[in-house]
Amino acid sequence: MCSLCGIIGGRDHWTDSAASPAAFSSRQQRHTWHRERQTRTRLLNAVLRPYGLSLKDWSGNAYILRGRTGQTAIINNLGELWAEAERLSRRDCDPLDPALLATLSQRGN
Amino acid sequence: MADYASLTGLNVVTGFLGSGKTTLLQGLLRSPRLRDTAVLINEFGEVGLDHQLLQHVSETTLLLDNGCLCCAVRGDLQEALRDLLSQRSRGTIPYFSRVVIETSGLADPVPIAYTLLADPVIQHHFRLGNIVATVDAVSAGHTLDNYPESVKQIAVADRLILTKVDMADAQEVSSLCARLRRLNGSAPILQLAPGAAPDDGLLLDDIYRHEGKAREIDNWLRASGPDADGPLGHEHGSDVHSFTVRVDRPLDWTAFGIWLTMLLNRHGENILRVKGLLNVVDVATPVLINGVQHIVHPPSHLDVWPDDDRRSRLIFIVRGLDEAKIRASLDVFNALANPDVQARLSGRVPVDVGDR
Repeated sequence: MCSLCGIIGGRDHWTDSAASPAAFSSRQQRHTWHRERQTRTRLLNAVLRPYGLSLKDWSGNAYILRGRTGQTAIINNLGELWAEAERLSRRDCDPLDPALLATLSQRGN
Repeated sequence: MADYASLTGLNVVTGFLGSGKTTLLQGLLRSPRLRDTAVLINEFGEVGLDHQLLQHVSETTLLLDNGCLCCAVRGDLQEALRDLLSQRSRGTIPYFSRVVIETSGLADPVPIAYTLLADPVIQHHFRLGNIVATVDAVSAGHTLDNYPESVKQIAVADRLILTKVDMADAQEVSSLCARLRRLNGSAPILQLAPGAAPDDGLLLDDIYRHEGKAREIDNWLRASGPDADGPLGHEHGSDVHSFTVRVDRPLDWTAFGIWLTMLLNRHGENILRVKGLLNVVDVATPVLINGVQHIVHPPSHLDVWPDDDRRSRLIFIVRGLDEAKIRASLDVFNALANPDVQARLSGRVPVDVGDR
């Protein structure tokens, strides 16, 4: 926990490349933990938007997930995100859902 | 967290009732290289185990409020591993450098993997090694037809050990092997001859050990087949099947993590295993991933590509999931990370997604 702001630090998660430096040791360009979080937040917002959700990075320690009605949830990593996203949106967040894929494809092509 | 590869490996020996788990373990523990192994067993069978670091655990499972059956903490294992750690650090038991747990014949091995990652103390000291499943060559056909537990044990295994082959008809063994291959294309099938010493590499070589990594990847690649995407096999009368997804375009690691966590959250109960050799954007060497149902272990890497093929290869063992949908979904998520697309991601496109 950060002694200044009281934020509980996130636990390592397999999706954080900084948590497995050996696996990414042959990276060719400079890569920062901060940039990875920025990219993750941006991509997640694209995926979460169809569910009426948005996500913000909270001081690099956690993420704040927000629903349409203003309900929020603090999550530490991607391992915790999807269950909370389903709870706030009251929908199944399914990456195989053709409607979701159609929407994302409009952005991806 | 310490380097994942340096943690104490925990191997699982599973298999249906009477399939020869203890006999296999007995043979393995005779190897001098496995002398420093702590053994946890769930039930005392007819075959006695004589080992200095042997402990009985009672297989109590604590189901989490929001979890499926695989996301359960094995309370007995949690306690036993913490106890072993404590005794090892105090020097009250001989030093051990790996643990083997022998499950009961009806046990689901997946909560063991979950327990390793869910416990805040244990996750810093132990990692999952190989899951070895014994298969009785005489009765496996009947067992697989009637007990879904045995199908799961085989589907999640890293190694399949055929026992009692000398008592089975050669034709039956051959068709059983074909059936096992359909259920789990990436686990080598090894035969255990009566009285023969099993290969101690069953416990020593795994994807996280430098010595065993290349051999393990060979197993994966052999399973994924030489050419195009497609099914590795489909088990008649069962929804369990395996297939390989190959991706031409390098994968963006961040997009891949978003996709796989989302997929496992919704479909993890039906994704029994996922193994991947990934070509990740900006990373020169292949990144390896290894998952069991909802659980994905920290990624590792290979020092060099094993062949000329630079496509990412993902091997799935699933229950009733559509291969084409998984491939299409991964492509869409990976395309999101394209730099041109990222620049446009601020646009808002309304969409309806299905209600529950």
